[in-house]
Amino acid sequence: MGSNLIDALFIFMLACFIGFEVIRHVSPLLHTPLMSLTNALDAIAVVGAIVLVGEHKSRFATILGTIAIIAATSNVVGGFFITDRMLKMFKTSRPTKP
Amino acid sequence: MNELAGTQYIIEATYLIASALFILSLKWMSSPATARHGIWAGELGMLLAIAGTLLHHGMTYQWIAVGLVLGSGIGIPLGMVHMTAVPQRTALSHAFGALCVTLVGTAEFYLGTQNNSRFGLSVLSLEVILGGLTFTGSLMAAGKLQEILPQRPITYKGQNLVNFLLMGVAIASAIYLVLHPEAKILFPVIVGISVVFGVLLIIPIGGADMPTVISLLNGYAGLSAAAMGFVLQNKLLIIAGALDGSSGLILSVIMSKAMNRSFTNVLFGAFGQVQVAAAGAAEAKPVHSATPEEAAAILSAANKVVIVPGYGMAVAQAQHKVRELYDILSKKGVEVRFAIHPVAGRMPGHMNVLLAEADIPYDRLIEMDEINGDFPQTDVALVIGANDVTNPAARSDATSPIYGMPILDVDKAHTVMVIKRSMSPGFAGIDNPLYYLPNTLMLFGDAKQFVGSIVRELSGGH
Repeated sequence: MGSNLIDALFIFMLACFIGFEVIRHVSPLLHTPLMSLTNALDAIAVVGAIVLVGEHKSRFATILGTIAIIAATSNVVGGFFITDRMLKMFKTSRPTKP
Repeated sequence: MNELAGTQYIIEATYLIASALFILSLKWMSSPATARHGIWAGELGMLLAIAGTLLHHGMTYQWIAVGLVLGSGIGIPLGMVHMTAVPQRTALSHAFGALCVTLVGTAEFYLGTQNNSRFGLSVLSLEVILGGLTFTGSLMAAGKLQEILPQRPITYKGQNLVNFLLMGVAIASAIYLVLHPEAKILFPVIVGISVVFGVLLIIPIGGADMPTVISLLNGYAGLSAAAMGFVLQNKLLIIAGALDGSSGLILSVIMSKAMNRSFTNVLFGAFGQVQVAAAGAAEAKPVHSATPEEAAAILSAANKVVIVPGYGMAVAQAQHKVRELYDILSKKGVEVRFAIHPVAGRMPGHMNVLLAEADIPYDRLIEMDEINGDFPQTDVALVIGANDVTNPAARSDATSPIYGMPILDVDKAHTVMVIKRSMSPGFAGIDNPLYYLPNTLMLFGDAKQFVGSIVRELSGGH
């Protein structure tokens, strides 16, 4: 348990650094689609809800978990969908490189 | 036993690949040319992770299926909203993400899997505190953006004190719960306070602060998901939460810099900052106004035009008329560019999305720092529905509430034209000296109609 916790903290720290580095380079042009994309990725929390519901440990947990799956899935589907719609709109006036 | 371990390896492998794909997904967002690859990477990672999770040993699937189907049913319309509704949709999806995290956290608490470990309980408390306040806070923000709730900031005396006290009680309860796990009654108290706190946090926020607030809520949603990852010992969730959290925090920092506030000010002070009321009644200073015909004549005589869009353009739905103006001026050989202030609109990048939707090429959309040096060589700066981000008082008047905020230096252009409904001060109630400059022409009217009249004038004249 103890070493798992330490591992998790290391992973968190590294992921934060990667996040800062990667997102610093996102053009301000795309900040709105960036936010809807990170929102969709964040909805990976659905895996936690799926395990909770699938294990069916108590009726209470299953009810909360099902609502959680609905909320997160709507973010996954809606988030990717709208991000794609936004990015399709960005066109350049210069001829695109092959 | 062996078979079980084998499945576990497969699940972990899908999570590992999904983590890599998520990072690539964000990396590809750095440029419009590769951004759509980013979506595919994200979708693939998400599919893999969900498929892997379904392999877990001993699962019953019926309620999972119900959740997935209903969630998709809600998600599809949420993905199809009109581009002008993107800020409130984003706020709503922060609320959904936080709701998921809070519900799972609550269920885990009552299942009691974490209650024997102090660390587990601490992160669980953090998870529901962040999740709870993000849930209601984002709902409030969405309500304000959708104009279901009053957009005006609601403030009262001692607001900050009440908020800090409430949060203090929640944190104290969480600490007590961690030390005395048998005091289960404190858990609903913690969740309840967080949910109320989220509402109180957003009540004093006005429209102009929305870009910062939405970014911050984005960050909180990510951090709460990361906390959930700690509780469930799920590395993929920790990584995704950290990525989302850092994204939200970076955007908040960018937004707060663009409003000349320190990051701590945004974290603790932006909430509850009382908007300064207009200082005294505005004296009747003379302004110059012009008709669409005159504006069209000035624009067609120009070589370089910079258009400065603001939230007013979005409200008037004028972006398509603006595209027509861009087309007709470009055809006449006028160089037209757009100056985008980081906090123009209601969320980061709001103006870019609206203009891209109207088919304006993105290489014409120029950031503030890049275009500010060009204003002295600009013939006409046309301000459409922007106010505070063009206010020269931010540079020169130390008593102005927005003093020090970086602005677009439109006043340095040879001619400034401002489309505005009337002389009433903007949302923040701050008078804009730009309107009284000798080189400024006020174009009074609705942005969409006025730009339409200019376009008609320009196309009829030749």
